[in-house]
Amino acid sequence: MNHTENAAAVHPVHRDDVGARMGMWLFLFTEILLFGGMFLAYAVYRFQYPEQFKIAAMELNTSLGTLNTVILLTSSLTMALSITALQKKNKFLSLVMLSMTIFFAFAFLINKYFEWGAKFSHGLYPGSEELLAKSNGEIVFFGLYYMMTGLHGLHIIIGIAILLFMLVFIIKDKVTYDNHVKLENSGLYWHLVDLIWIFLFPLFYLIH
Amino acid sequence: MANGVIAENNRSFFEESTNRHSGILSWLLTTDHKRIGILYLIAISAFFIVGATFGILMRLELIAPGETLMGPQTYNSFFTLHGVIMIFLFIVPGLPAIFGNFFLPLQIGARDVAFPRLNLLSWYIYILGAILVVTSLLLPGGPVDTGWTFYIPYSVRTGTNVSLAIFAAFVLGFSSILTGLNFVTTVHRMRAPGMDFFRMPLFVWSMYSTAWIQIIATPVIGITILLVMMERLFGIGIFDPSLGGDPILYQHLFWIYSHPAVYIMILPAMGIVSEIIPTFARRTIFGYKAIAFSSLAIAFVGYLVWAHHMFTSGISDTARWIFSFLTFIVALPSGVKVFNWVATMYKGSIDPKPPFLWVMSFIVLFSIGGLTGLVVGSLATDIHLHDTYFVVAHFHYVMFGGTGTIFFAGLYYWYPKMFGKMYNIKVANISVGLFFVAFNLLYFPKFILGYQGMPRRYYDYLPEFTQLHLISTIGSWIMGITLILIFANLIYSLLKGAKAPQNPWGGVTLEWHISSPPPLENFHEIPYVDHEPYDFSLLEKMKNESH
Repeated sequence: MNHTENAAAVHPVHRDDVGARMGMWLFLFTEILLFGGMFLAYAVYRFQYPEQFKIAAMELNTSLGTLNTVILLTSSLTMALSITALQKKNKFLSLVMLSMTIFFAFAFLINKYFEWGAKFSHGLYPGSEELLAKSNGEIVFFGLYYMMTGLHGLHIIIGIAILLFMLVFIIKDKVTYDNHVKLENSGLYWHLVDLIWIFLFPLFYLIH
Repeated sequence: MANGVIAENNRSFFEESTNRHSGILSWLLTTDHKRIGILYLIAISAFFIVGATFGILMRLELIAPGETLMGPQTYNSFFTLHGVIMIFLFIVPGLPAIFGNFFLPLQIGARDVAFPRLNLLSWYIYILGAILVVTSLLLPGGPVDTGWTFYIPYSVRTGTNVSLAIFAAFVLGFSSILTGLNFVTTVHRMRAPGMDFFRMPLFVWSMYSTAWIQIIATPVIGITILLVMMERLFGIGIFDPSLGGDPILYQHLFWIYSHPAVYIMILPAMGIVSEIIPTFARRTIFGYKAIAFSSLAIAFVGYLVWAHHMFTSGISDTARWIFSFLTFIVALPSGVKVFNWVATMYKGSIDPKPPFLWVMSFIVLFSIGGLTGLVVGSLATDIHLHDTYFVVAHFHYVMFGGTGTIFFAGLYYWYPKMFGKMYNIKVANISVGLFFVAFNLLYFPKFILGYQGMPRRYYDYLPEFTQLHLISTIGSWIMGITLILIFANLIYSLLKGAKAPQNPWGGVTLEWHISSPPPLENFHEIPYVDHEPYDFSLLEKMKNESH
């Protein structure tokens, strides 16, 4: 290696796509454990209050939940298509697909806003008089509901930020068909957020 | 092996930086794993001194029954802050972030870690967490007074700044996770050619196991902390019995992280011991694979023993005996390590330099700590000793006597390599001796106090405990002097010490093949590794390498 006086010149750009993906998988593993703590809490309380969980779940709007599931699954598809398009050197299509993913992410959040807003207007939020008048199991159910869907929503917001960065990177050719590990990792993150919803949806909306 | 490893221009990483800046910016924006290690060393040592000061002041308060120095509320904050700072700012990040950062890439023959920029980010996240802890002291509401365990329901009821303090722990957890995934990826992807897993030095093995625990355990405390914060802010009811929640669930979630966390604290220390003993006994390690796999075994079984902190919390008998049994199992791999270390010294050519003396002190203190761990791991005795000074003594013997001692051992072992300066050996020997005496004076009386029924965290005590408390307090003064001596020796040598040679101890792992302090990218030419890590027949060959 050529050792010159210029320190920056001797520092080689280290690129390791396999390593980058490995790091991302490890990070996703920690995400699963983060949500795992709450799934554990859910399991404990569902076991403790089976009847009251059933009653509380009736309050949730299954059609809005289903709509969000469809939106999120579709966004996962467009995300995967965006990566494939870039790999096939179709930068424009990749950008379109990525923009659609971001659009779906916003649609999910808007939907969520209306869903939470309806709950709030019915007085169903932690600490409200109406909720405190209900049984313990129902209070815990809504505590878990807001906590889990809220943390999931936060992940969607972070995801939107990441995907917007990717959009800029692709436009500026910093992420290209032969250097796309950043986009792939963002995709992995997005699929994980999707996957967590796939578990949240039946646990809260479908089991009555 | 490793021809031409000496940097041609003889410039160390202190003189050459990864960026175009000079002065303080070249440090704050560095991606060099060695500089980041030193940044951590400065920050972590500073917090260690703060935490120790809290401890010494608490001991002073306890010198006699009744109020001596501070009121009960201040005392509650002091033991909480002593715990929070020592656990989250010193001992969890300590060895991995300082020595892991500095020596993991060197020992596997890499130029840096897998994600250098993420590495720097981890340091900034650590500093952010530290700032949050300090802020929580100053804001109205007052410093936290819950103890470092933040047990529900008190942590939800108290008016002190619990939310901010635990959020700091959440942020620090992020730093820990990112360091962990960086190291796992580094070990998998950055090893020098020829270095298969069984040619890695044992410090690397222990760092690898530690990194896995950081990844697996830390997210659980993250979510637990978020739930406590939400409980305080909105009253979501998950831990609040009046709303249907269960405080015991909090204890489970807390210990699912915090028990594995004690292995995050101790495993790197065990790795450093496995480095120091072969070097000063001039013998290859006894039972290399047994030590390597025992690290993984500790990491795995250590994940399944958490409820032994909850024997008196009201869990079922079945759960109690299962967790007690698993606790005994985890003592096995620790025992494997101790026996292998001692066997390594047998018929070795022992050179009792300060790092080795630190390790000897470690083996005694850690064995006492480990064996008393079995006393509190047994169901019947735990009922008597739970929440007494016995637990405090046990914990300080394993953590301070174990990890703390090895923090100094590692510092005294690798200091010449990190800074290229040699400290005063005589003063170092005296500090080890003083440390050992002070440590036992400070903590051994607590075993007796606990056995006699002195509860932990109490501000006041009955007159019959006075004598033992007095001995302990005197120990804390000697400990304070020793700590000053330990750090002063290093700081003095940094300014005025003699230049250290490339290989002052006769070590053979890869970091001793390069100059002290190492050049910017460690190896001028990535070495090819064709031998086991502790092959001392290499020493002859290495004589030609140094200059």
